[in-house]
Amino acid sequence: MTEPVTFLSRAEALIGSHEAEAVEAGIRNFLVRRESSFAEFPIAEELRDRARAIRLHSLRHLDRLLAHFADRVGEAGATVHWAADAEEANRITAGILEDAGARLVVKSKSMVSEELELNHHLEGEGLTVVETDLGEFIVQLAGDTPSHIIAPVMHMTRQDVGRLFVEKLGVPYTDDPLELNRIARTHLRDIFLRADAGISGVNLAVAETGSMVLVTNEGNGRYTTTSPRLHIALMGMERIVSRWEDAAVILETLARSATGQHLSVYTNVVTGPRREGDPDGPEEMHVIVIDNGRSDILSGDTAEILACIRCGACLNACPVFRTAGGHAYGTVYSGPVGSIVTPGLHGMEPWWELPYASTLCGACEEVCPVRIQIPTMLLRLRERAAREGRLPGWLEKGMSRYANTVSDPSRWRRSKRWASRLSGPLSAGGWIRRLPGPGRGWTLSRDMRRPARESFADWWRSNRES
Amino acid sequence: MEGPKVQLFVTCLVDALAPEVGRASLDALEKAGCEVSFPLDQGCCGQPAFNVGLTADARMMARHTLEVLDATEGTIVIPSGSCVTMIVHHYPALFDGTPDADLAARVGGRVRELTQFLVDDIAAGVEARCDGCSVAFHHSCHGLRELGLRGQADELLAAVNRVEFEGDEECCGFGGLFSVEMPAVSTAIMDTKLDRLEASGADTVVGGDFSCLLHIEGGLRRRGSSIAVKHIAQLLGDDS
Repeated sequence: MTEPVTFLSRAEALIGSHEAEAVEAGIRNFLVRRESSFAEFPIAEELRDRARAIRLHSLRHLDRLLAHFADRVGEAGATVHWAADAEEANRITAGILEDAGARLVVKSKSMVSEELELNHHLEGEGLTVVETDLGEFIVQLAGDTPSHIIAPVMHMTRQDVGRLFVEKLGVPYTDDPLELNRIARTHLRDIFLRADAGISGVNLAVAETGSMVLVTNEGNGRYTTTSPRLHIALMGMERIVSRWEDAAVILETLARSATGQHLSVYTNVVTGPRREGDPDGPEEMHVIVIDNGRSDILSGDTAEILACIRCGACLNACPVFRTAGGHAYGTVYSGPVGSIVTPGLHGMEPWWELPYASTLCGACEEVCPVRIQIPTMLLRLRERAAREGRLPGWLEKGMSRYANTVSDPSRWRRSKRWASRLSGPLSAGGWIRRLPGPGRGWTLSRDMRRPARESFADWWRSNRES
Repeated sequence: MEGPKVQLFVTCLVDALAPEVGRASLDALEKAGCEVSFPLDQGCCGQPAFNVGLTADARMMARHTLEVLDATEGTIVIPSGSCVTMIVHHYPALFDGTPDADLAARVGGRVRELTQFLVDDIAAGVEARCDGCSVAFHHSCHGLRELGLRGQADELLAAVNRVEFEGDEECCGFGGLFSVEMPAVSTAIMDTKLDRLEASGADTVVGGDFSCLLHIEGGLRRRGSSIAVKHIAQLLGDDS
């Protein structure tokens, strides 16, 4: 019988691997940059409070904001589409591309397109899709999947990338980041100029003007949305704020939390297609607003997770993510936020185990720019998993027995004595090297104390009660 | 004048696995002039069940804990930030909208973590001692992030020779049942912690939560390390 592929089995394969080492090195860099960016910023905490209030406001008034946004987008000359699920979003996208006779499509980074598996779908329709974010470009060349929401190739070293470029692009080997960048740029420049359509994500939509904000550090977002004659923007329906002054708060919080920058190198604002007199820009623009499970999350007890601005700080802070890397999660959205988003979007089966991939240490909540109560959400999903009867039998039965025992003083007293006596043959010098049953997991790498011959309660009884 | 009246809740792990930590906590409190009682019927706060989502079991243990503690007087002191967090922060959610909500609030309002009580509440002036030791202090996650405990240990350890300990505010990888459900991940996180501990040059690691220390100690022993593991109470009380 083959074991099911679980978070644990994926993590076991990754721990200590070359990939995990690359992740650890990448994260250290991010952590240092984030910390210094916040340390030098006097109103960082106030900014986070405001960002949280703004995002929660958006979630409370999502229907109104989206309706207003759609009206403004229409006035600006673009078309808004609503997609209930991935299938519909992919069908709409493919339809627009077909109507425009597009064959070659460039894409800037979009996590929601990863969630939809859009590339796969479009390639199935005979289209050529090229990722233009450097990280995503590398992932695509390697036939891999992104491992971090803002650093898709965190799991690769520059040497890995150098070897990949030799193999796939036929260039001489180099591991100089600037040179690697130049190679990708040269390769992509030609594709940009020939592309029939550009597909982008949306970091933030601003309802008051029907605008979409894209942040990048490479300028590929700007190229994707201005050079081809057709632009399609894919947007998760929660990615919206009311006004520009709100957007400013979110953008600054995002950059500082994600990369430790004051603002990303490019902050691109798109409002409708090319107008009379514009020197460039697409002739045709479509915005696809995607639900794909978000309404379900919004109506449940983890709705707050939709306030996430996708900065990735919780991934970097998470000891579990740092140990195993993003691929252990087996899904687009990894780390603490992903462990809440994924079961929400795609259902508890088979994703219910992800909320258990956490020590509940709280480092994620500590760095979250919008102060999402991540451990609380993880606990709620664990409660749901347990309620649905998904926990292993030994845990359910064992916990029930334990709860009954410790809540019955005389039974608890006897149990402690028995435990000490029964563990005698297993232990040497007060320590157990190998536990049977589920306790085996502990003693794989750790000794366990033998239960004391005299519990504290028994000691108190003998020495203090008279 | 009589000292403050204290109810000692030692936690299930200390009761069964490390009674010496319970005795050290008792000593520290008595040295600080407290009149300490130990409610004999105490069990487990319910955190193990709560953290895996088994709410009914968690409520059963929590209700028992509340009933035992509600029948007592004075401040309830617990030598574990994690169990304090469970009672103070999670019981209200666990009993929200139930007839026990008031009970949970009433008892929760009396609960304090040991170092928090000694330093913030009664300014006991007790000092940790560890003669000839080089001490690395590990901040346990729940005490640190949910209770905001940081300076309390520093103050208590003022006279102790401390060493720099990289990542002293990062998780040790224990995570309760996480340690047996996902042993490989738990171990990998622990290994980082132990590597840094060994690199710190410390001969003693001290913490405020026995559960994390059980994890660290178990890992150190398996490595054959000679680094000693102590609960901070063991440096405060005579019983060490």
